[in-house]
Amino acid sequence: MSQPPMEEWHVERQIVDLSKKRGKAKNRRRGSQQDGRTKLKREDVPMASGEPAAAPADVALSVRELTVSLPEGMERAHAVENISFDLKRGQILCIIGESGSGKSVTANAIMGLLPKVIRVTSGAIHLNGTNIVGLAPEKLRSLRGRVVSMIFQDPLSALNPLMTVGAQIEEVMAAHDVGTPASRRSRAIDLLIEVGLPDPQLMYHQYPFRLSGGQRQRVMIAMALALEPAILIADEPTTALDVTTQAQILQLIRDIQRRKGMSVMFITHDFGVVAEIADHVVVMEKGHCVEQGSAAQVLKSPNHLYTRRLIAAVPHLTGKDRVPSEAGERASILKVECLAKTYRSGSALFRTQRIVPAVNGVSFDLTSGRTLGVVGESGSGKSSLGRLLIKLMECDGGSILFEGRDIAGLSEAEFRPLRPNIQMIFQDPFASLNPRSTVGQILTVGPVAHGMPYDKACERARELLSHVGLDAGAFERYPHEFSGGQRQRVGIARALMFKPKLLIADEAVSALDVSIQAQILKLLDQIQRETGVSMIFITHDLRVASQICDEIAVMHRGQIVERGPPSQIFLDPKSTYTRELVAAIPGEQPQSMPEHAEYGGQHKGGETL
Amino acid sequence: MSAFLVNRLLQSIVLLVIVSIIGFTVLNLMPGGPLAQFGLDPGMTQKDVERLAAQLGLNRPLWMQYLDWAWRLLQGDWGHSFRDGSSVLTVIGRHLLATLLLMGTSTAFAIGVGAWIGIRGATHRYSLFDYCATVGAMVALSVPTFWFGLIGIYIFTLKLGWVPAGNMYTIGDGSVLDYLHHLILPSLVLSLVHVAIWSRYMRTATLDALSQDFVKTARAKGVSERRILLKHVIGNALLPMITLAGMQLPSVLTGALVTETVFTWPGMGRLFLDSLGYSDYPVVMGLLIFSAILVLLGNLIADIVIATVDPRIRLA
Repeated sequence: MSQPPMEEWHVERQIVDLSKKRGKAKNRRRGSQQDGRTKLKREDVPMASGEPAAAPADVALSVRELTVSLPEGMERAHAVENISFDLKRGQILCIIGESGSGKSVTANAIMGLLPKVIRVTSGAIHLNGTNIVGLAPEKLRSLRGRVVSMIFQDPLSALNPLMTVGAQIEEVMAAHDVGTPASRRSRAIDLLIEVGLPDPQLMYHQYPFRLSGGQRQRVMIAMALALEPAILIADEPTTALDVTTQAQILQLIRDIQRRKGMSVMFITHDFGVVAEIADHVVVMEKGHCVEQGSAAQVLKSPNHLYTRRLIAAVPHLTGKDRVPSEAGERASILKVECLAKTYRSGSALFRTQRIVPAVNGVSFDLTSGRTLGVVGESGSGKSSLGRLLIKLMECDGGSILFEGRDIAGLSEAEFRPLRPNIQMIFQDPFASLNPRSTVGQILTVGPVAHGMPYDKACERARELLSHVGLDAGAFERYPHEFSGGQRQRVGIARALMFKPKLLIADEAVSALDVSIQAQILKLLDQIQRETGVSMIFITHDLRVASQICDEIAVMHRGQIVERGPPSQIFLDPKSTYTRELVAAIPGEQPQSMPEHAEYGGQHKGGETL
Repeated sequence: MSAFLVNRLLQSIVLLVIVSIIGFTVLNLMPGGPLAQFGLDPGMTQKDVERLAAQLGLNRPLWMQYLDWAWRLLQGDWGHSFRDGSSVLTVIGRHLLATLLLMGTSTAFAIGVGAWIGIRGATHRYSLFDYCATVGAMVALSVPTFWFGLIGIYIFTLKLGWVPAGNMYTIGDGSVLDYLHHLILPSLVLSLVHVAIWSRYMRTATLDALSQDFVKTARAKGVSERRILLKHVIGNALLPMITLAGMQLPSVLTGALVTETVFTWPGMGRLFLDSLGYSDYPVVMGLLIFSAILVLLGNLIADIVIATVDPRIRLA
């Protein structure tokens, strides 16, 4: 494909590069190619900056004063500016930062995979002693997968759906002309065994969609290991996984890294993960490296304000119960009994039906003004439960008593007048707001449809916007003008427009950075204390649940396996599953992160394959 | 899979019945009808016309005519043309090959060239080539086909004299070369629109596939750009194209009304137009059912092909 799109972009460089063989250069050009300036610098060994030209032998990867510029018109001129760090052989280096901090750009620069419009403008990246900045695309290609390989965040989309697992692993070897078809095949099967996948012979012929998230990530790791690279770059490899699976994958990466003496650069936004596996930590903020040091040092005594803020924002298992808001009437607002929902697909007529009990006999009750957390892994039925409660979906059995009235059997028309009482806050603040409506329209359309006069709705909307911490001007603006956290505030304001009695928050903070997460949780807490609204807080993150819930229900395969106050769930879990779940939380024991900064230690559960 | 096929078959039958009822009703509700032409004929009395109507069964109530027609169709009798009395299937057969030749050539050409332009446009996004392809496609889509046909005839026949202006072959010649000579202009004109459509869809599908994470994975593995394109991008980009190809299938056999008329090509499109003009209802109904079956078949084939090539559907 050798795509040089945007030929305009290259014109300038071609003039500078006249000395180069035009024909070859033109066809093989990639975005990460040097401009004339850096090329000059590179030939002029040692580096002009006075840095040591090549890193010492125990350093596998050395990044020196790296600056990557963004195209004009972006919010800042540089994706990363002047960052330097070393990855020592046989160590795990964690790069941590919030979204937009430039951590992924750094990884892509090292892989030579930057999009064409983003270029390394200065600095050096030494891979095993060779500077790869400005290396010819073909040379870079030969390094990728062989010397340095990479795994990604979402293991489903990172695998080609049309190719078998085996073929995708073999492709790495074929791309570098290693081995014969037969030897590649046996190597692929060995790799599948090595990453702990069951029945490797069968797995070899499987297509990715057949595997679970954790299994897919294992396949990615197998692929990355195929040619025994010196360096593995892991870009948020566990962010999309459940907490127990995350614990297993972290364990696997750690094991393999030790066994092979590999060097790992691990990108994450989660200090829990850092505590779990890092030897060395680099903290990035807005394209700058603000702090680096050993894991123990950065976690225990962070120097930079930003690091401290980040660590402080990480939700911890409090293990302490929440102080309930001042006592009012403690009536039960919601009582759910034996609620059931079964998904059916296929056709009963042709006996291809698949039956999945998503919610299976769930019962709980919620006192007004309190928060119930519903936690569970993906597929546990927690989101289905939320949809049943707000009647976005009909249940198959059981009852939902809302203020004493059974709403489970109500028709849509009968339930409609009750809708204002139960409102929902959605997970994705980007997808859940109509991009073509102003915030004002988004907030007022619901109440107006329910008969509130427009003037009054506007007045309330402005009031609520300032209440959730947005300025009054937000009313006239469109969702795209806001950041993720601000949009979630709009989402909360929207839910509050009706003065609801019950709020259902489905993963309301999961898409947000930790520091924003903390703010939104605080806002929800404050709103509850002020309005006395009851809340059902659905989340996969036990740490978040422990921050905000009076009581937590743990869901597993459609059932509530345990219910109790946070202190019970986290300190004295009664069910095995809850124990596994709590143990799998990265870098975490109640009330104590610093003490457990050393690789998790004793509290690892669910790491069986 | 077999359950799926049975399901689709049942749906298709219901659809065919509905389509035929609507077609039959609308056709017969139109003013005029097959006997209207005789009203102006001084040699025919009112009695003659009535006798003819009785003979053709046109004096019965509409529902009875429909049931009679449908019952015969079920037995394989598609009826007889009012014009020359030959069976509808024979009439269709006479025109089918001509259309297949024209449409087959132009569709194959359009898919090949359109896909190539689309892929190249996507891999060389915003390049001069891409801009030209985009503008070209817009022009081809917005200018009516008959205009291209007439301009083509003006330039290549009248001014340059390279190709004949119409017909499928020269009477008295009929060699393969002669057929091809006649085929060039109409098939090129016809494929213009299809190249435009295909290149636009293919460009979008390729860009979509290129932006997928697995392409990045392949790059991270050190796979060459060429292999990434062939092995990862095109396969995934072609999946949505299969549905489009399925929708094109009927037109390959039912022909192009305008182009066949402009180039006096003796295909299905012209047959339909002529039959409508002569109120030759049995032939019109035959063509209607024929194309309805093809539409259903085309979609079915597309679904089967997708299910075969996409493991997510094949094995799920």
